[in-house]
Amino acid sequence: MSTTVPASTRSSRRPGRPLQIQLPSFLRSRLSRIVMIVIGVLLAYALPLIRPPFITTPASDFGGVMASAATFALVALGLNIVIGYAGLLDLGYVGFYAVGAYTTGVLTSQHGHWPFLLVLPCAMIVTTVSGLLLGAPAIRVRGDYLAIVTLGFGEIISLVAKNTPWLGGAAGIKNIPPPPSIGPDPIGTDQDGLFQIPHLSWNGLVPSVDNLHKTPFLTFGVLDAVPYYWLILTAILIVLMADMAVNNSRVGRAWEATREDEDAAELMGVPTFRYKLLAFMLGAAIGGLAGSMLAAGQGGFISPDAFPLLLSMLFVAAVIIGGAGNRWGAILGGVLVAYLPERFRPLSDYRLLIFGVSLMVIVTFRPQGLLPPRRTRRALRAQAEVEELEGEAIDA
Amino acid sequence: MPEPATASEQPQGDVRKALLEVDDVTIRFGGVSALDSVSFDIKEGEILGLIGPNGAGKTTCFNVMTGVYQATSGQIRFDGRPLAKLKRFQITKLGIARTFQNIRLFKSMTALENVLVGADANSKVGLFNALFKTPLHRRTEAESIEEAYRLLDFVGVGGRAGELAANLSYGDQRRLEIARAMATKPKLLCLDEPAAGFNPAEKQRLMELIRKVRDDGYTVLLIEHDMRLVMGVTDRVVVLEFGRKIAEGPPAEIRDNPAVIAAYLGVDEEDAS
Repeated sequence: MSTTVPASTRSSRRPGRPLQIQLPSFLRSRLSRIVMIVIGVLLAYALPLIRPPFITTPASDFGGVMASAATFALVALGLNIVIGYAGLLDLGYVGFYAVGAYTTGVLTSQHGHWPFLLVLPCAMIVTTVSGLLLGAPAIRVRGDYLAIVTLGFGEIISLVAKNTPWLGGAAGIKNIPPPPSIGPDPIGTDQDGLFQIPHLSWNGLVPSVDNLHKTPFLTFGVLDAVPYYWLILTAILIVLMADMAVNNSRVGRAWEATREDEDAAELMGVPTFRYKLLAFMLGAAIGGLAGSMLAAGQGGFISPDAFPLLLSMLFVAAVIIGGAGNRWGAILGGVLVAYLPERFRPLSDYRLLIFGVSLMVIVTFRPQGLLPPRRTRRALRAQAEVEELEGEAIDA
Repeated sequence: MPEPATASEQPQGDVRKALLEVDDVTIRFGGVSALDSVSFDIKEGEILGLIGPNGAGKTTCFNVMTGVYQATSGQIRFDGRPLAKLKRFQITKLGIARTFQNIRLFKSMTALENVLVGADANSKVGLFNALFKTPLHRRTEAESIEEAYRLLDFVGVGGRAGELAANLSYGDQRRLEIARAMATKPKLLCLDEPAAGFNPAEKQRLMELIRKVRDDGYTVLLIEHDMRLVMGVTDRVVVLEFGRKIAEGPPAEIRDNPAVIAAYLGVDEEDAS
């Protein structure tokens, strides 16, 4: 039975905080938080140069694995908006990934020679529009039916690409130029750039500087995948910031309310259709961004076979494993899905078996995902803001 | 048949403007008439009770007002504007908010966020402002949060603002629904059995709350089973039975209306008239 709460005083407005981890005082200040974020970001950038033992992949190029893990993380971030925030099960996300990649391929190699930095926003616009075109009719159906409609979309895109000579047909599109390099790069020999950064190599736990393998800053060549990783990581950071800003606003609230109870949300004044469509389009744009980066990546080659339906399932798996609705979970899930099969590559034929088993173990023991969303976090921040505001009002 | 709606023709003491006019509304689901030529209006600033036995069409009436159902015939006007064709969220923005008979909060969101969703109905900022964290966005958010806290205090759940709606007690959930509906800044607040499952003490407090809401300038439409609560708090009562309006008038009159007594006690229609 309920107990009534008397009109609250300000001190009674503090909801349970014991869940929050008490950081030592020197870590709590704003400055130290910024410093830690900067260190974290630098570490993320330096990871393929440091090549930490146990984490590095012995049987394949670690830079390349990192680049593909980052691509998956970026895709998972985008799909997390659709599945995690808006609660729309999209099984054809690979379609947007393919649209972004093909837009880039067509404009830079197949039918034009546009510069990459111009093509990138174009690819995002084209995928956003394709998100609108698919979403506007598809979102009217709910749940399982939406999953089936999107599944069809993913399949249609790769079939269209395969059967359209204008798009290169089954052979795909070759010679997609990489993003522009900084510094001299005569023929992409990876020996130029403004300066070169050596890697570390490890003998057991003893690091030493490996001067034989250097990453030129900043040459997008065929030998070294690290610059591509840097580019994708930069995109991830930008998307992350936008993601935080949008989800911490009324847009995020509208998505969450719609996911919880669509009819109630509508009756509380939320135009649920518009918000679901918005999620679909934002997700598509990020998928297109990732696809564009893939096309302009190390291989410079895309074909319809690069976008199988299985890839869609892996994307969904990444979001679910990480924790749908949590951006950090999505990143973690994306990284794991791309990284684990490579990490187990020395086990050759068994690697996919182990990968599959590890997915099953994760989902069995953490059905809510590795990093489930912390829904209260936003409320606490909102409250802190009010207290700050009240403080200002008193000061004034 | 008793002559329906004789009570409604009485001259009212005041000539307040009708905020919502239900004009000869009929709703049919297949062959069943859920509402049959129902007409009444809600005047600005009053508390109107909508009562009737189970299945009389009270919630259907709510649903057609808030755009969940479309009327088969007839018209509903709000502030003189017909509501047909409007989407549900547009009706809410126009100024009709409601609570639900079976509580429908956003369970994984905190009490504060639930109210904020309602407050967002009046927010002008969109994606662009949110993306670039403009000062306008910051200001709007802060104002919404301030207002949300005020409403939570008003209904008496201010101390639980940071808790998930699912973790609130039953009574607090009901009160939170009222706060969420009020956050949309409605002119008309529709409460669908807000006292269901309450004990007498809680019902008493709810009555006080409903009066407070009216004194704040809202018009209230109240669906309720509990006759004592309805009689105690409403200015006028409309009685439905089998989708028809059988009586309308001040509570004291309704209490003595033979048709109403018949409807509630199940007396044969011939005896009642």
